[in-house]
Amino acid sequence: MGMADKRVLVVGGGLAGLAATMKLAELGIGVDLMSLTPVKRSHSVCAQGGINSVNDATRQLGDDEYKHFDDTVYGGDFLNHQPPVYEMAMWAPKVIDLMDRLGVTFNRTQEGFLDRRRFGGTLYKRTAFAGATTGQQLLYALDEQVRRWESEGLVKKYEMWDFLGPITNDQGVCVGAVAQDLFSMEIRSFRADAVVVATGGCGLIYGRSTMSMTCNGSAASRCMQAGAKYGNGECIQVHPTAIPGADKLRLMSESARGEGGRVWVPRTPQDSRSPSDIPEGERYYFLEERYPQYGNLVPRDIATREIFNVCVNEGLSVEKDRQCVYLDLTHIEASELNRKLGGILDIYRKFQGVDPCYTPMRIFPAVHYSMGGLWTNYEKKTSGPGLQPGSPANQQTNIPNLYAIGEVDYHYHGANRLGANSLLSCIFSGLFVAPGLETLLNNLKPGAAAADQPASLYEAASKQHQERHNNLLKQSGDENPYLIHQELGNMMTSAATVVRVNSQLDEAIGKLADLKARAWKCALSDTGSWSNQNVLFTKAMQDMFPIAEAILKGARARDECRGAHYKPEFELPGLTSDDPTERHHQAEAWCDKFEANVDKYLKSTIATCEGDDVNISYEDVDISIEPPRPRLYGLVGAEEISNVWKERTKKKKEAAQAAASASNN
Amino acid sequence: MIAHANKPKTFFVKILRQDGPGKPSYWERFELDYEPELNVISVLQKIAAKAKTANGQKTTPVCWDCGCLEEVCGACTMVINCKVRQSCSALVDKLLEDSREIELRPMTKFPVVRDLFVDRSRMFNALKKVKAWIPVDGYYDLGPGPKQSRDAQEMAYPLSECMTCGCCVEACPQYSKIELLQHSGESKDAYEARKTEVFNRNFVGPAAISQVALFNLNPTGKMIASERLDALTEEGGIQVCGNAQNCVAVCPKKIPLTMSIARMGRETTFNTLRKWFDRRGDSKH
Repeated sequence: MGMADKRVLVVGGGLAGLAATMKLAELGIGVDLMSLTPVKRSHSVCAQGGINSVNDATRQLGDDEYKHFDDTVYGGDFLNHQPPVYEMAMWAPKVIDLMDRLGVTFNRTQEGFLDRRRFGGTLYKRTAFAGATTGQQLLYALDEQVRRWESEGLVKKYEMWDFLGPITNDQGVCVGAVAQDLFSMEIRSFRADAVVVATGGCGLIYGRSTMSMTCNGSAASRCMQAGAKYGNGECIQVHPTAIPGADKLRLMSESARGEGGRVWVPRTPQDSRSPSDIPEGERYYFLEERYPQYGNLVPRDIATREIFNVCVNEGLSVEKDRQCVYLDLTHIEASELNRKLGGILDIYRKFQGVDPCYTPMRIFPAVHYSMGGLWTNYEKKTSGPGLQPGSPANQQTNIPNLYAIGEVDYHYHGANRLGANSLLSCIFSGLFVAPGLETLLNNLKPGAAAADQPASLYEAASKQHQERHNNLLKQSGDENPYLIHQELGNMMTSAATVVRVNSQLDEAIGKLADLKARAWKCALSDTGSWSNQNVLFTKAMQDMFPIAEAILKGARARDECRGAHYKPEFELPGLTSDDPTERHHQAEAWCDKFEANVDKYLKSTIATCEGDDVNISYEDVDISIEPPRPRLYGLVGAEEISNVWKERTKKKKEAAQAAASASNN
Repeated sequence: MIAHANKPKTFFVKILRQDGPGKPSYWERFELDYEPELNVISVLQKIAAKAKTANGQKTTPVCWDCGCLEEVCGACTMVINCKVRQSCSALVDKLLEDSREIELRPMTKFPVVRDLFVDRSRMFNALKKVKAWIPVDGYYDLGPGPKQSRDAQEMAYPLSECMTCGCCVEACPQYSKIELLQHSGESKDAYEARKTEVFNRNFVGPAAISQVALFNLNPTGKMIASERLDALTEEGGIQVCGNAQNCVAVCPKKIPLTMSIARMGRETTFNTLRKWFDRRGDSKH
């Protein structure tokens, strides 16, 4: 059987899915591309700020791929698996070169090179951007290439189809998927030699977030219910700056701060003066004061917590009955702002009716990105750090021949993602998975291809999903799926976002079980068989529960602070003593506690479905390249602790070297 | 912020519904409690949750298309108070300035799938017809793309913001609706092929013409510029444009569509002349 007879099903047509599709097509592999929406409308369009890589200018300031890798794992609080992150950082400049060749309208310097801006969590200007609609521009470039392959017949699109779950044969190998046409409601099986899930984040579990209406997590949940492991569910990024809205919390890109935007509140609570009338001395630039080195560009988790803290705990919210702070761009020329940030400023103007060039924006944190997701594997290089290109293990879930890439995979961003790294991880994992799939398809054992599977397997799978669908239509009950979704969203938002408290998490886990029971007693207001969004929504809503449970249970079990996961009860406090000797003792004690905590909690949380329950277990994180070190942004005594930590690391290294040379002799 | 001091306690939403392709359409009226800062999306969400008309009758949730809710995906386009636009950026406070009732209709230039949901596949087909892509050799690492001036980027960027939302073609008097239903016994592939054939004979519309302008600006894209111009010269090409200039007036991204059309008009003419002279040159051999 030739390569052209083998097919891969890619589910999801955002950056990751499209990158995988076009690369597979280039390798001569046929692709069925399935999406809830025309792929050009995928959620990647919402990404605003940019995409990171080391570049010729930063290189001469001392930057390199290793530092990009290091910033990523340090920013992620070392919960990232290091070999894939290392590989991604090595590829980053090439990914941007490719996107440049594909016609992305990146901003230019006056000499005609790609312009770069600075983003959070780094001191280098690594971020290439196309106005403030970088995600849209990158997505369109890939969409265009895929359309080219579609014209040549190598890609067949199934847009407006909902992925209902993978199909596995009796060896547990994925050989296809079941899906449903959103218009005709037809449920059918797709044969595929491999299935790649690229379905993005799960923000809708929180009701309102910065995510699109397609980001409901249902595809990930359906894989999980079929036996896939879900990693680090509790690591949910809350973006520091979003515009509150009734239907959605709209993102205000980090690039607003990258271009010089300043975050502040009036020192007088709810100062009634117009912001421009408040003199400098009466403004509290709390990020700049607390983090002089990074200023407004501290990593996202920290900016989020500080904004939350200044409003909730210090009572300094700009408005009385709504939490918000100022994000101020008014000190920058309007023409420059419009050139570099036009797209996002338009969003603010359109949705708030106020021009941010002249009036500071009012913003508050919102759920933004799922660092966690489907567990995926990788194969390390035999020599040196990084991954083995072309290995079928790369990006494979624990279900053989089922893959996950992009936001729905779990291993690149650890406990917190750096700005402008998501577009990179999506395109990178999409491009990188393709040669591995080629190897897989070239080495399928006799009888293992989808074409060799019995028709009965596919019929049974469709039938099972058809039954669920039919039962739901017939079901009587007094619950309303939309209201249950609202309740779920409110509960998740209060229990598992910025600040996490065990008593609240326990309560939420209890409530979740009740809510779940009610979710299965929904009566539909539409029982028709044509474009029935009511039944599709209800299924997606029911499938939110396993992921919600993974998030809550993962958060409950992680008794520490790591990246976006913040539990004040377990925070290691700063140093208190002014006496140098005592201060040194405190720093030593601090480092002891930190080490003990690393031993106990530097683990990937793994959630699996067991019957109706979600169970939590742990796996080691690969930290073979850069040993974990404390993240000390803004902590009292950071310098002292850092010195103690460096001494310890040095001693450990020396001891290891001594041991190595002793064993060599 | 928009003042909402004198807003009514409730307001009405009138929606033109249709149960499926080729079915008759009918109006349904809904009454909602007023809240500040609503948009049409949140109105439709509330209607879905309630599923009751203004006079208390049970009904089905209204079917509509949406995605990002930030006016960058283009999904939620519909006709709101007689104006084509995205429903996410249609703010209720603004709409209620003129009347206590908001009217929602599906776009008229596309087949209705159901209620406010339309099928815009013809627009994506047009992007294929005009080869709206950069013809790169492949996706291996071949270094960066060609250097480009800031001016060139600033000319291309606004064109690259087109989200295929359909506002321009909805407003275009030359773009007429094509609705083809699947014949009984016709296979899905045969049906798709028939649609493509008909789409290709009919007007490509302003959005696709502007994409030709975009790709013909790019240093690599240019290399197949004449193929794109050929596509614009075929039946359903740029000559169909009647210069009504409605497209540019309704574009939510303020894309200079008429400028693109004017430029492509000139270039298609040059392209045709060039080919005519080239052919004469060829005949000498």
